[in-house]
Amino acid sequence: MADEATSRAGGDDGLTLAVPRGSLFGEVADLLDAAGVDTAGPRSDSRSLLFEAGGMTLITVRPSDVPTYVQSGAADLGITGKDVLSEQADREVVELLDLGIGPCRMVLAAREGDPGPDEHERKLGMMRIATKYPNITNSWFAKRGRQVEIVEIKGSVELAPLVGLADAIVDLVATGRTLAENGLEVREEILESTARLIANDVSYRLKAREIDSFAARLSEAIA
Amino acid sequence: MAEAIPPGTRDVLPEEMREIRAIQAALLSSFAEGGYQEVRTPTIEYAEVVERAEVGDAGAYRFLDDRGDLLALRNDMTVPIARLVSSRLAGEDGPWRLCYFANSFRPAAPKRAELREFGQAGIELFGLGGLEGISEVLRVLYGSLDSVGLDRAVVGLGDAGLWSGVLEDLGVSPPVGAQTSDYLRRGDLVGLEAVLHTDGDLAREEVDVAMSVVRMRGGIEVIEEARSLTGEACAGPLDRIESALGRALETGGGRTVTVDLGMARELGYYTGEILEIYEPAVGRVVGAGGRYDGLMKGFGLDVPAAGFSLYTERIHEARLEAGIDG
Repeated sequence: MADEATSRAGGDDGLTLAVPRGSLFGEVADLLDAAGVDTAGPRSDSRSLLFEAGGMTLITVRPSDVPTYVQSGAADLGITGKDVLSEQADREVVELLDLGIGPCRMVLAAREGDPGPDEHERKLGMMRIATKYPNITNSWFAKRGRQVEIVEIKGSVELAPLVGLADAIVDLVATGRTLAENGLEVREEILESTARLIANDVSYRLKAREIDSFAARLSEAIA
Repeated sequence: MAEAIPPGTRDVLPEEMREIRAIQAALLSSFAEGGYQEVRTPTIEYAEVVERAEVGDAGAYRFLDDRGDLLALRNDMTVPIARLVSSRLAGEDGPWRLCYFANSFRPAAPKRAELREFGQAGIELFGLGGLEGISEVLRVLYGSLDSVGLDRAVVGLGDAGLWSGVLEDLGVSPPVGAQTSDYLRRGDLVGLEAVLHTDGDLAREEVDVAMSVVRMRGGIEVIEEARSLTGEACAGPLDRIESALGRALETGGGRTVTVDLGMARELGYYTGEILEIYEPAVGRVVGAGGRYDGLMKGFGLDVPAAGFSLYTERIHEARLEAGIDG
């Protein structure tokens, strides 16, 4: 009965995994190789976005699009940063595993030695912040009873305080080099992020065995 | 001239409308076969009534009417029907068997292809508790799934009391427990484990036990495995799931039933068994239900309650994928 109770009713076509392109890709691909998933396809220069890898389908997408593909069920599983998941906190996905790779911090940063942000907060009761992460920024400051005015930027936010668009920025920092090169310094730490394995709600139940065994292989590869 | 409609809403054209009507007709006749009579409640309710669902994140559209009363568009059908039973039918003998076809409204983030107005079809059984009640709900559910041709649909079973049982067995303090329940409801198992480690005042092995229970999905074997790992406080919920599983396999006629010991619904009113309905071709849950014995108490009538609700658009999507419609 146990077997019958867990097998999928329809045809089982293996798992589809959404892999993040960009800075996280190298580490994710190494981890997948170590877990026995062939990543030759996505590693090649091919313009393709969809690859068969020994029973598994890999799709390569922007890190911030990973939750979209997973929530809808277009992918059973996905790998993306905790920063992305926190920014899209209302997504209905299952966060299964901390992969420990791609460590970075979300910080509040301003120009080195610039008293502007503190002064504005004291005198005007608020700061103007440029960020690609309006939701994280909003909830971090709201929880602390501090008012901020958020300017959403899609590209390099480091520029904003240099030209007076904002007092400070909230952004992701891995090494801190970009900040330093633009004369910015970290003022506050907001969250620490690493890559996570997430699953679609329905796949998590209907493909429980396949997903658990894949997650176990990843866990072993990390250890 | 093309005029826009608000995001998250839709027009339904004749062909689709015919198919949706056919789905509703099939469901209505299987509900009626089970003795369920259709009712209708207003689209708008006093906000304080809607808030009894303790929906948390789902939210509702609230507004003031011309008299300054705070109203809300219903975001769920169970609470309005509980209100109806407590205020209109309380003098009559139960159990009460009611069904509904209605649209509910919830705020949705823009550009997510999510509906702010969505169709629900379901049943409510008031006044029949325990296994007898949930068995009847399962029987009607399977009849309904058959009637719309979803023979690949899978019923998932969980229990709203299991996680609090795990916490009680481990002696986790209520405030930390409440925090962990939030993580569970959001499906954040990584965050859940981290909170147990930092605030749970637990040994590493105890956290491992809690996490392995919450991750268990499968057949009858996961209930037995969980029994061997947990204590007294989990016995009741695990027994409930096992009994419900037995009935589901019996009435399901060979369909797949999956047990999920980490299942937690967003709606806060569940007190016992929880049901979710999955369809392999649809990436989202196509229906949900369970037991909510505490809900009626809030309306001054202390009777057990259970039921389920199917999301009409997703049922239609499943039929399109299966080639039944379209």
